[in-house]
Amino acid sequence: MNPSEQVILRDVKSIVERHSGEHCDLIAILSDVQTKYRYLPEKALRMVAKETNRSFVDVYGVATFYKHFSLKPRGEHLASVCIGTACHVRGAPSVTAEFERQLGVSDGETTPDKQFTLKTVNCLGACAMGPIVVVDGHHFSGVKADDTDDIIEKAKNGFDQVNIGSDRRIFPIGVRCLSCNHSLMDSDLPIDGFPSVKLTISFENKHGWIRLSSLYGSYSYESEFPIPEDEIVNFFCPHCHTEIIGAMNCPECSAPMVPMSVGGGGIVQICSRVSCQGHILDLSSNPV
Amino acid sequence: MIRLEINGLPVSVEEGSTILEAAKFLGFPIPTLCHMEGLSPYGACRLCVVEIGEGDRAKLVSSCTYPAEEGLKVRTASSRVLRARRMVLELLLATCPQSKVIQDLAAQHAIRQQRFKQEHEDCIQCGLCVRMCEEQMMAKAIGFRGRGEDRSIGTPFDIKSDECRTCGGCMYVCPACQLRCTYNEPDKAICGGCANIAVPCVEKDPFDDMMCFMDPCVACEIQKD
Ligand code: FES
Ligand code: FES
Repeated sequence: MNPSEQVILRDVKSIVERHSGEHCDLIAILSDVQTKYRYLPEKALRMVAKETNRSFVDVYGVATFYKHFSLKPRGEHLASVCIGTACHVRGAPSVTAEFERQLGVSDGETTPDKQFTLKTVNCLGACAMGPIVVVDGHHFSGVKADDTDDIIEKAKNGFDQVNIGSDRRIFPIGVRCLSCNHSLMDSDLPIDGFPSVKLTISFENKHGWIRLSSLYGSYSYESEFPIPEDEIVNFFCPHCHTEIIGAMNCPECSAPMVPMSVGGGGIVQICSRVSCQGHILDLSSNPV
Repeated sequence: MIRLEINGLPVSVEEGSTILEAAKFLGFPIPTLCHMEGLSPYGACRLCVVEIGEGDRAKLVSSCTYPAEEGLKVRTASSRVLRARRMVLELLLATCPQSKVIQDLAAQHAIRQQRFKQEHEDCIQCGLCVRMCEEQMMAKAIGFRGRGEDRSIGTPFDIKSDECRTCGGCMYVCPACQLRCTYNEPDKAICGGCANIAVPCVEKDPFDDMMCFMDPCVACEIQKD
């Protein structure tokens, strides 16, 4: 699914607006655009250049410089196989080959069903435990070729899966970070009897965790610090520490919305104002 | 004014000048490749190395980017400098053996052998064209892309750029571009390189909306026939 020009223009505009347009913001802007589309579409790059008064070639140069950015659409799950020296001698080549065989794609490619992107990386800093494979922010150590189908299976089903009860009006949802794809579910501290959604928040110099109920329609939460009514807080992923902030504002109180991806496809957005119950569940849009 | 010493001769230059400019003022030749008046210094080719400092602290720096400093002692042709320069040239020659400019420079430095594998690249990434496009032509149509091994120069996505006016400035300054030796001044075409080497794009697929700076282009004409 390719987002249309108007949609991209609107998204890019609101992302650029959020970063005051200073010179050093380019990487942050591109990073946000990538979070939105899971890659950097050419049109979006052109618009970023236009909106920030840079030349297209400069923006393109930055986008191609960092491995973090991808100019090709990425799949829902990203599997990074380490082929650094240590992992290599410990058998990474056979692991890579097995991933390639099972997914039917080679390094840097995405499966036709847009499920998996396979990428090789050069050392993840855990050489002693190699070969290392990282899928959606979950690390696997000492991976052998036989382990690959298991890892792929797990990723497909979503890590830390919440069992979604069938045909109930209120249902729990399992969510993941849009940026690193790590599951945000926390079963250590259930709320409403279901694993909660764990996030990091900051407001007024305070920085702590918050756990939200995963029941769609329930607004129960627990947090490390009491949050004053009406406060707009900043949300962060506890795993990759990126700020979770969407391009939209709350339809009810116009505070920024906080998007998370829903297991099984779709996006849920909640309002960042504590007392506001604004939320949007969009199961059709994927990616955002 | 800043006073410094080049090859034992004192010279004073204006603040903000580079060693290269100071040396030129005194008439000491320093070969350059990625330097061009009117474009900002870039320091990519390392051909203009000179030695500064004394004793253990002596080091090689690129004179086109190193600012003249008070009391600096510069040697533009010490044996260390010459050795480094010849090595740089040999490497450049291996990257782009077909470049007339590099061939000439190598000849001037009496390089008679070339010990590295020839790559036949068509770019040495000196960045002259990028600076030309940005600083003199105010276009910013081309730039550096990627990094490391994959670094290359061109337009974003390799497609025709809206900013490019096909002025040809990039080709004019390119030291590696084979087309150069006949395009601008046909009578100076002495190396015959272009007669021996096929026009680069003839064997490739048609460029279509890929960026091409040649207009009119020999290769396109050949392909049409
Ligand atoms: S080589 Fe794989 S983690 Fe270092
Ligand atoms: S001319 Fe100084 S580095 Fe190229």
